[in-house]
Amino acid sequence: MKITLRVNGTDHVREVEPRLLLSDFLRHEIGLTGTHVGCEHGVCGACTILWDGEPARACLAFAVQAEGHEIRTVESLSPGPGRLDALQQAFQDSHALQCGYCTPGILMTLTAFLAENPHPDEAAVREALSGNLCRCTGYQHIVDAVLRVAAA
Amino acid sequence: MTSFGRPLTRNEDPRLLRGEALFVDDVELPGLLHAAFLRSPHAHARLLAIDTAAARARPGVVAVVTAADLGEYWQPGPLLVPPPPVPGMEFHQRCQVPLVRDKARHVGEPVAMVLAESRYLAEDAVADILVDWESLPAVGDLEAALAADAPLVHDDLTSNVAARVHQARGDYAAAARAAHLVLKRRFTYDRGASIPMETRGIVADWDRRADRLTVWDTTQAPVVIRNGLAAMLGLSERQVRVVAPNIGGGFGPKMMMFYPEEVLVPWAALRLGRPVKWIEDRLEHFFATTHERSQIHDAEIALDAQGKILGVRDVFLHDTGAYDPYGLTVPLNSQCTLLGCYVVPAYDSAFTAVFTNRTLVTPYRGAGRQHGVFVMERLLDLAARALGIDRAEIRRRNFIPADAFPFDQGVIYQDFSRLSYDSGDYEPILDKALAAIGYDDFLARVQPTARAEGRALGIGLVCYVEGTGIGPYEGARVQVQGSGKVSLATGIGSQGQGHATAFAQVVAEQIGVDIRDVEVVTGDTDQFQWGVGTFASRGAVVAGSAAHEAAKVVRAKILRTAAAHFECAEADLVLADGAVTVAGTDRRIALGALAGLANPMRGAVTPGTEPGLEATRYFGPASGATASGVHAMILEIDRATLRPTILDYVVVHDCGTVINPLILAGQIHGGVAQGIGNAFFEKLAWDSEGQLLNASLADYLIPTALDVPRMRLEHTVTPSPLNPLGVKGAGEAGAIPVGALFAQAIEDALGLPARDIEIREMPLSPSRLWEITEGG
Repeated sequence: MKITLRVNGTDHVREVEPRLLLSDFLRHEIGLTGTHVGCEHGVCGACTILWDGEPARACLAFAVQAEGHEIRTVESLSPGPGRLDALQQAFQDSHALQCGYCTPGILMTLTAFLAENPHPDEAAVREALSGNLCRCTGYQHIVDAVLRVAAA
Repeated sequence: MTSFGRPLTRNEDPRLLRGEALFVDDVELPGLLHAAFLRSPHAHARLLAIDTAAARARPGVVAVVTAADLGEYWQPGPLLVPPPPVPGMEFHQRCQVPLVRDKARHVGEPVAMVLAESRYLAEDAVADILVDWESLPAVGDLEAALAADAPLVHDDLTSNVAARVHQARGDYAAAARAAHLVLKRRFTYDRGASIPMETRGIVADWDRRADRLTVWDTTQAPVVIRNGLAAMLGLSERQVRVVAPNIGGGFGPKMMMFYPEEVLVPWAALRLGRPVKWIEDRLEHFFATTHERSQIHDAEIALDAQGKILGVRDVFLHDTGAYDPYGLTVPLNSQCTLLGCYVVPAYDSAFTAVFTNRTLVTPYRGAGRQHGVFVMERLLDLAARALGIDRAEIRRRNFIPADAFPFDQGVIYQDFSRLSYDSGDYEPILDKALAAIGYDDFLARVQPTARAEGRALGIGLVCYVEGTGIGPYEGARVQVQGSGKVSLATGIGSQGQGHATAFAQVVAEQIGVDIRDVEVVTGDTDQFQWGVGTFASRGAVVAGSAAHEAAKVVRAKILRTAAAHFECAEADLVLADGAVTVAGTDRRIALGALAGLANPMRGAVTPGTEPGLEATRYFGPASGATASGVHAMILEIDRATLRPTILDYVVVHDCGTVINPLILAGQIHGGVAQGIGNAFFEKLAWDSEGQLLNASLADYLIPTALDVPRMRLEHTVTPSPLNPLGVKGAGEAGAIPVGALFAQAIEDALGLPARDIEIREMPLSPSRLWEITEGG
């Protein structure tokens, strides 16, 4: 079926099977490969995108369900070519990523979190982060990055 | 200002943060086919017949491949690591096969490969394949596997013994006779999985016109894969390019070679003349990517009345899974690492590696070292208790003295050299850890106060060594580009270790450029032809040292070329900020321009001239560098739920000279997090038929941000004399001692010694802890 998805402010028209996952649509139909897939059962959070501003798992939705909604992916965060936004910069400054595979999903989760909670404490950051799995960092430097943004 | 040793942020981060970095599943090619695998649903079953007709007939399916279709290409994989030169050793090589031909030996073993126009269609067709299986009884339990009537994993062997190795030095029997105290206990350490966030994946593309195969592979060892694929496919090495781009975590299992899919996907691309992609899904990952960590130890320690170790004896079983392509690396690590930081005058250790109907066991972060540390540290805890000696004190009394290095342990290590600790100084590490965690104050004041309030607080403190940075070698090529940037190419792959930054610091130190101007290329066999891989905490040590050596040569070439250009002495030149300056003058040439002068096309050519500001060097250490450390922890156990909360966690670590403290901290944090998972969350659960019961991330729990505490890190530095940088590896240290630490701290928190209850197993969970402490 033919669908029109609005992703990062641009409309994309594609003919897709109803069973096509939103994560596969983003990655393989429109080439936004920054959204990663880690488990395809909604646990790890690597595929987290913003769905009308709320964090959502792209692997748990069909592409067809996203029609009529605003989808944002990690590619939308940068304020311009070659640049980083405040949270991305804090991630680099705090060494909050190692392999970087889980990072896009974590950035999307935390972007939504910081929009609602601009000055969280460490406990709140850990709670917000607990729906995303990272196997490299032990989370400490990710928490540091968020607290760095919150303090700015 | 020098960049070496500073906590610089990483070169690789911006692309990763913007979602622009290339991972294997990001590779898209015109005409791409997708592979999916039918896997054995049985742990042990004879394959009687397979019917692929319906699958082949499904629209969109291009091919279905079974073992019979592979012809001569069907071969067991290579033995990656031959058995060690230990006298009297027994070893049976049985390596994994590409597709099941007659018998499946573990759940998830591939049986058929479907190639279709999309992954969705390929998976549909997998469900169309009909297999007639004769289910056989499976072996999982290590002791049952050795029973006389146990089913055989490999029918051509007379038992499930994969190997036996006995190493001994000194006279343990005499030590035990002379001892004031001999303690004997059984310790068990069960299976876990590494769970990188990115599963495995391969894309292969045969370019008919260029006569070349390109393979993008989530491997930790691209050069070895390139060489092996070329040999298997009948190609020259130059015809095969293996790229390990950004890899989403490795931790060891991405070093296994060759996985069946790694053999089959490139073969299919060649056969079909179309590019092929296979990406493992998470369910497959639980069955098909290698595991680690099932061992049963019967260990014994002999001590004098002052707590000095006289000897240790250990007999253990090691689960190698259905095949043993990795040789004996993991049990040898256990055998050697058990000796730890201590003088053990008599050591007698024998292990039996056992085939089971389970997924293969290969190294995963720590790679068997956990087991040795767990056994030794637990024995010392029990001995301290029996002798009325403080836990820290019994360790101190047995430390290898600082003036005894290099210290020969007298056993053969995983790199087949005699295990010798290059350098170390353990007491300052212990002292720092005791001070940082507030050991004396905790025991004297904090714990009694908490107990009076009904709270269960405990402290733990364990020591460990880690053999790192083993050979045989790595290489590096450093070249000044016309752009003025400096490139560094090496053969290892990167899975998040920050090589693009740490190696840049090594090079920048010699060449006087900003680290942002050093372009590090890892994991592309077209960029560097030789190498082994990223494992055993060896990247910084071995490849880092090669980069250092190459950069030194380039530095000399820069100064020689500039001296000729300026017609001055090299001693008058200053190499800094990406340019060479004649000291005290404004005469200056940028490195990019100098690289142009070093190109004989434009300059004078004399016979024997090597063009460019470029050098390639190789580094091979004679043996590994031994890192060491102490972890200390205070935790509280909720008496109702038995859930632990870590209140404080201290790591004091000595990995020699530190290249980048920020990256080092990240390595330690991540290792500890995996250690915590291994100690208290992660256990692969099997039923009696060899079915894995928790093969999803909803059931196999890895630690979240709520489970991993804030860690405090301190360092000591005893440089390694075995490499020019003085560095030791740090990748695995965080993970190694955590099990032993949990056991000790939990016993302390719940007052288990007073109840004669001991924790002698890993991993734990609240329910298992309840069984141990309350369930009888």
